[in-house]
Parts: sequence; C-alpha cells; structure tokens
Amino acid sequence: MLLHDNWLYSWQALVRHKLRTALLLVAVAIGVTSVLLLTSLGEGARLFIEKEFSALGSEIMIVLPGRKETTGGSVPIYGNTPRDLTIDDAVAMEKISTVKAIAPIIAGTSLLSFQGKSREVITLGSSTGIFSVRKLSLSKGRIFTSKAKDPAQAVCVLGSTIKQELFGNKKAIGEWVRFSGQRFRVIGILQERGESMGLDMRQMAIIPIRSAETLFNSPALFRILLELKQSGSELYTENKLMELIKKRHEGEADITILSQNSLMSSFNNILNLVTASIGAIAAISLIVAGFLIMNVSYVSVSRRKQEIGLLKALGATAKEVKILFLTEALLLVSLGVVIGLLLGYGSTILAAYLWPEFPLAIPLWATFASVSIALIIGLLFSWLPASHAAKHDPVLALRGL
Amino acid sequence: MTTSLIKLENLNKTYLIGEQPLQVLNQVNLTINQGDYVSIMGPSGSGKSTLLNMIGMLDRPDDGEYLLKAKPTVNITEEKRAQLRRDHVGFIFQNFHLIPRLSARENAELPLMIAGISAKQRKVKVLNVFEKLGISDRSEHLPKQLSGGQMQRVAIARAMVMEPEILLADEPTGNLDQKSGLEVIDLLEELNKQGITLIVVTHDSNLGKRANRQLTMVDGKITQDIIRNATT
Ligand SMILES: Nc1ncnc2c1ncn2[C@@H]1O[C@H](COP(=O)(O)OP(=O)(O)O)[C@@H](O)[C@H]1O
Ligand SMILES: [Mg+2]
Repeated sequence: MLLHDNWLYSWQALVRHKLRTALLLVAVAIGVTSVLLLTSLGEGARLFIEKEFSALGSEIMIVLPGRKETTGGSVPIYGNTPRDLTIDDAVAMEKISTVKAIAPIIAGTSLLSFQGKSREVITLGSSTGIFSVRKLSLSKGRIFTSKAKDPAQAVCVLGSTIKQELFGNKKAIGEWVRFSGQRFRVIGILQERGESMGLDMRQMAIIPIRSAETLFNSPALFRILLELKQSGSELYTENKLMELIKKRHEGEADITILSQNSLMSSFNNILNLVTASIGAIAAISLIVAGFLIMNVSYVSVSRRKQEIGLLKALGATAKEVKILFLTEALLLVSLGVVIGLLLGYGSTILAAYLWPEFPLAIPLWATFASVSIALIIGLLFSWLPASHAAKHDPVLALRGL
Repeated sequence: MTTSLIKLENLNKTYLIGEQPLQVLNQVNLTINQGDYVSIMGPSGSGKSTLLNMIGMLDRPDDGEYLLKAKPTVNITEEKRAQLRRDHVGFIFQNFHLIPRLSARENAELPLMIAGISAKQRKVKVLNVFEKLGISDRSEHLPKQLSGGQMQRVAIARAMVMEPEILLADEPTGNLDQKSGLEVIDLLEELNKQGITLIVVTHDSNLGKRANRQLTMVDGKITQDIIRNATT
C-alpha cells in the first residue's frame, strides 16, 4: 500500500465518521490548548514580575535592616532585635567606591493638610538621591537638593494625586502645607507615573530625611536604596556593605541586601516550578484525551469488523491493517493538535489585546511538550485498538463477529 | 493436459462450539484444475463456506496440506498467505461487502491499492473492468445508490482487477432477485470462459448444475463429485 493511499484511506474514514472525529478532535484540542494557556499564564506571571524588577534597574541595590533567615539557619540566640539602620550608616555607605548615589528612606504616615482640607499620606523622608535612584521626575517645580548629612529643610515634593486632592487645578508650588502640624513648603509635584515596586508614587509625599527624622521622631531607616556606578559590581558592593555594617554594628552584619538579580533568580525558580506544575496538570487532560481515543477506537474497530475482514480478504496483511488504524489515530491527533495550537495561540493573542498590561506568553517548551505529548499519547493509546483490529480473524470479521 | 491449480490433501478443520468440537472439514481431498468451473452444494452448515475460505487462504486447516500451483500454503506466514490471496484469489460474497463510504470505483480499486498500485493506474484498470461489466456509468456512485445487481457487479469488478486465477463466490446470488442473480451467474460464467477458475458455493441446485463439476458436501465431507464432460 502506498503511503499517500494510506493517508487518503484513513482521511476518508475520519471524514465519514464526522461526529466521532469531531468529538476526538475536541478532546485533543482541549488538552493542547489547556497546556498552552496554563503555561502561558505561568510564563506571563514570570514576565510580569521580571518587568517589575527590571524597572528597579540592575544597578540598584536595597539594604534592609535585620537579617533575613532565608536559609532557615539557626534560631537567633542573642535574643536582641536587630539594630536600626541609621542615617549615619547610609552616609557611610555613600563612601563605597562603587556606589554612585544613595537614598536612605524613613517611611511613615502623616496627616497632610492645606486650607482646611486634609488627608493621610504615606510620607517618605529621603535624600536628593531618591529622585535619581527611583528615576522620579517632576511635572512642576524642583526637587530638594539636600543630602543625607544635610540639615532639615521644611520643603516637600507631592505625588500628583495628592496635589490634585488638596489643590485641585490651583497652583501648589510655593504654598505652605502642614505634615502632622509641621509647616512645609511645596517645591515640586511628581510626574504622574504609575506604580513603582508596588508603591503608588502618586499617593506619596517626599520630604528631606532630616525633616522626616524630626517629624516621626526616629532616626530608624525603613531601607536604603543604593545606585551603583555600573552593574556587575553587586557582589563587591555587597561584601563592602557587610564589612561596613559589621564595623559599625559591633561585629554584626545585621542587614539584608536585595538586588534585582537575587530577587529575580529566586522568583524565577518559584515561577518556573509553578509553570511546570500547572503545565503538568494540563497535560493530564491530554492523557484523558488519550483514553478517549482508545475507547472510541475500540468501538470503531468493532463497528468496522467487516471492513477489516474485507481488507484481509483482499490481501491486506495484519501489519497493513494496523498501520491503517494507526494512521487514522495519528491524523486525528495531528488535526486536534493543530486546532489546539490555533486555539491556544489565538486566545493568548486575544488576551494580550484585552489585557495588554499582563504579558501572556506561551513558552516554546510548552508548545513542543504539548505537541509531542499529544502525538505520543495518541499513538500509544491507539496502538492497542489498532493491534486488536489487525488480529481479527478474517472469516469471523467478514461475518461481523 | 490440464495443470492442477489447487490440490487439497486431507484437510481437517474442527471448531469448538462451546466445549463441543465440531468437525467442519473431514479429510477433504480435492484437486481443481486451471479453468475449471466448480460448484459446491450441500445443506446449510455442511462446511461449504469453510472449504471455500480454505481455498481462498482466509482460513487455515488444523492439518493437511493445500498446494497452490504445487506450492505449500498451510505452514507459511500469514503475511505470505495474504500476498498469495492478493495475487491469486478474488472473492465474491453473498452480501457484497462494499465499503459504504467509498464510491463504486474506489471500492473496486481496493485490492490494487493494497497491492501498492498508483491511483492513476488503478482508475484506468477499474474503469476498464467496469466497462466490461456494464457499470461504467455507476463508477462514482456510493454503494447505497446502487441496486443489488449493480453492487454485486462492483464486487465482481473488485475481485477481477488483480486478474486472479481463482474466483471464489460464496452464494453470490443469495441476496439478489432471480433476474439479476442469473445475470451475475452469466457474468461469472463468461469470466470462466475467458480462463478464470470459478468456484461457486450455492444451495440452489439449478445454479449448481450449470457447473462442469458439481461437488456436494455433507457434514464436512465431499460426498458427491460429478464431472460433466465439456460437451458444449
Ligand atoms: N469460526 C467458527 N467458529 C465456530 N464455528 C464455526 C466457525 N465457522 C463456521 N462454523 C460452523 O461450522 C459449520 C460449517 O459452517 P460453514 O462452512 O459456514 O457452512 P455452510 O457454508 O455450508 O453453511 C457451521 O455449523 C458453523 O456454525
Ligand atoms: Mg455458507
């Protein structure tokens, strides 16, 4: 039997049994589509987080007070809470050769009021470095220029939403507002820019760090942002920072240092695992499709006994009969795979159109995996019915027995 | 001098009906020559179809030997038997066994397709045979669009396209009215006149008597073997 005759014969059998073919196609397509969609969700989450982190910039490092016991190390036996990070610590860090700029941050909420209107705002105390480190630009006015070591100044930069709430369309620059009673002059308005690292900058107010120290009556830093002169020096800087803090904190490096690389790699590990496991769950639907193919193929074989008997009477060997049924299954699965790919890719394209902010992306490995799993399962599960068909005794088969 | 095409030697076949063994062929010896016209008659269940299937190598005897053109066929692989079947034997069945989804032409092309002959050549061959059988105008019809007589002609065409030496017909007129039954028999006899060895199983003695050689089977044995001299 010629190869293309083989395909043609199987194709005609599929076309003839439309309902059966359609049902199996749907089963395979659903399997493939669900693998693609679920893995694309996982991959999308990974890309989303990657994007968020890269907004942080690879040359940025974050120093947090206290040591994070991420490796599950020993229970702290000292019993003392970690020392606070102070403005002086930050000032000392600025002297490390790889550091370009620092932005120590004191964070707190205060009641911001202007001419009888007031609201709670998250107030960040920082140095002038925060504007460059966080790439914050202004829509109006100017930034403050005081460094961490400079004395307090009664000036503030407001987020765009806050400005709108307190001043409406009126001019805000030059006006005096009160942060929990203390007077500050508005010198700048932040450009409208969405979230950055989970903080809505439109809802923030920024004041010089020394002013925040008196406002909140505490020198304890929430964190320190460091900008490096060039990326790639993270490791060196990290060692230097640890050294420096050890010196300043009586031999204890009680800080945690985060960088884009370290964050991303740990998130990547988790997300890859998540993607792989939901992909595996989706692959179960392919196995279900395989069982369906097997069952339906058995029914088909028993319905087509006379055909099998006839083929044998006309000189077809058992092997040829088996190949015919396998070809049918392979055709069916291939068609189902194509439909599944179209559906999967189609819906991610549609989703990208509907929710552009969430990047759905089908990982290449998921495409390969779903296609090959579908094909393998299709062949595997039709092998038994096909062999069964091939084994039929022609005399009995011709009589439909 | 005639060559002996088919030589059955002490064929036995027993089926188990439940636990009960049933000897369907009992020490059958039979020699059939090239170009013979043989009818097999006998009561239902006497083993006529089984004998025909043995000759067509669809069925394997429990013991005994079957020499096709002096070559043994019993203890060879199923694959070899399928090949012999394909190349030497054409089957015609009582209920035609046409595949409903295929057109008349496609049905008749099946043996050629199995033999790996190209679509183009198949079509030429089949249309040629259809022409001789007078069903050219039905070639693209589906079986359900054909009459019984036409369906059996398609089946005969299917049996003939490989130009076999042996044509085996198991009750070929069983599902046909008398007129088309006679037409089909005329057709088969015409093919026999052109040289094919024709073996027809029938329980209709009028039809059976038309054969040059009339076998009668009872309980798995050939009980009567009448050979008429070719007087015509
Ligand atoms: N595969 C089989 N298994 C069991 N019994 C069978 C089988 N094939 C035929 N028989 C039995 O063998 C006997 C002869 O069958 P068959 O050759 O078809 O008879 P005929 O064609 O003369 O009517 C019948 O009783 C039938 O039921
Ligand atoms: Mg019979």
